[in-house]
Amino acid sequence: MATPAAPAGGARSGAGPEWGGFEENIQGGGSAVIDMENMDDTSGSSFEDMGELHQRLREEEVDAEAAVAEEEDGEFLGMKGFKGQLSRQVADQMWQAGKRQASRAFSLYANIDILRPYFDVEPAQVRSRLLESMIPIKMVNFPQKIAGELYGPLMLVFTLVAILLHGMKTSDTIIREGTLMGTAIGTCFGYWLGVSSFIYFLAYLCNAQITMLQMLALLGYGLFGHCIVLFITYNIHLHALFFLFWLLVGGLSTLRMVAVLVSRTVGPTQRLLLCGTLAALHMVFLLYLHFAYHKVVEGILDTLEGPNIPPMQRVPRDIPAVLPAARLSATVLNATAKAVAVTLQSH
Amino acid sequence: MAKAAESSGDPGTTSPRPLMRDLKAVGKKFMHVLYPRKSNTLLRDWDLWGPLILCVTLALMLQRSSVDSEKDGGPQFAEVFVIVWFGAVTITLNSKLLGGNISFFQSLCVLGYCILPLTVAMLVCRLVLLAEPGPINFMVRLFVVIVMFAWSIVASTAFLADSQPPNRKALAIYPVFLFYFVISWMILTFTPQ
Repeated sequence: MATPAAPAGGARSGAGPEWGGFEENIQGGGSAVIDMENMDDTSGSSFEDMGELHQRLREEEVDAEAAVAEEEDGEFLGMKGFKGQLSRQVADQMWQAGKRQASRAFSLYANIDILRPYFDVEPAQVRSRLLESMIPIKMVNFPQKIAGELYGPLMLVFTLVAILLHGMKTSDTIIREGTLMGTAIGTCFGYWLGVSSFIYFLAYLCNAQITMLQMLALLGYGLFGHCIVLFITYNIHLHALFFLFWLLVGGLSTLRMVAVLVSRTVGPTQRLLLCGTLAALHMVFLLYLHFAYHKVVEGILDTLEGPNIPPMQRVPRDIPAVLPAARLSATVLNATAKAVAVTLQSH
Repeated sequence: MAKAAESSGDPGTTSPRPLMRDLKAVGKKFMHVLYPRKSNTLLRDWDLWGPLILCVTLALMLQRSSVDSEKDGGPQFAEVFVIVWFGAVTITLNSKLLGGNISFFQSLCVLGYCILPLTVAMLVCRLVLLAEPGPINFMVRLFVVIVMFAWSIVASTAFLADSQPPNRKALAIYPVFLFYFVISWMILTFTPQ
């Protein structure tokens, strides 16, 4: 009976030699993390601190109860009391070890400090890099510098998402599978990450001197041209204007990327392969963004009502013109149905 | 020890007094957002109740009754929720990576509370949409949304700008601008059945 009583007090603090294995599995050392346990946060309602306090209090209570309970157990039930106390100790040890492992794993993976150097920029630098992304440099004899930062490219991708949303809404795009927001984010991030990886892979095959980070940064800044073109042409719906901008602005930003890649690749075949692929993908993406997400309904509607109508009004106003008799609400008819009705009427 | 735990917002208590106290704290923060001054209240005693209430309200109001499942272009509840919370998380990570000394939850708290003007804009837009549609209707809604959008940005700048290194404020504020722009756009283009 002496043995079960003895470890009760030391159940939490000491690990018996047989349970020492739990602690040995834990990896050591973590660096700066997302500081969930915040040193500089002096807020009174910080719930992680309160959670820990609460936990400690509860554990102390449980210990006190356990001490009382197991004394009774020990006196009354003999073997059962001993087993109960042992299982409690095991459970406690497992909980402690599991909690420690989870927090170490979290601090290892949630370590955002690995990304910190890529965000070390000043606004003036971002501005100058944005402007430079439109200016192709002709020097191809030795490798051109590429700034390895991720802030500018990331913000440009988000800006492209916002512009795409704007374009989809004003053109009344219908997305059947998925949502507008999901499509916009998926398209933009998919392009940035996917094409970067693909070109990096090609660059690896063609022995070009470029790292993944540099490729991400290069392509990200190349989206600046796309943002400008789409922002203008989603608001001014002229085909000729779009093609002019596509060639001019899209072409400039593509030329810049191509020049950088050419300066970092040796051999005409390799240069052709790499730069041809990048140029094709970049220009085709701009075409795709304009035409897939911005249905040109304006041309059809113009024949109905005249050209000077702001885009937001079209949905409620032109339904009566198409179907005056039926009292259908605007949202029931989609753009395709409108177009079909119009073509039927015009025949 | 136990007394201190109970009086500091211990979630385990069942008495109604902490609820009233929490509601008052949320209301006080709403006032701080509506009249933004440089103060530390939102940062010091952060909580996530206000952002949750606002986010749920916004998501509920932005829901279209999907009578016609083909025209599913309207944001559904989950979409708004995801946009708000992941947008706030992204902005927080960005501002931390740029060298800001604000904690994760403090930043979430500020960004969530500063959605209040846009929620008010949503309410006003719903009311305005009860009148007959037309260009004036649209101009009124556009004006209201633009004003509330500017208000949100000013409010969040007042709270967040101090935590950034002085020469990088613009870099940290730009994603906030994009975030509220997307929410404003969802509000402006919302048309009920």
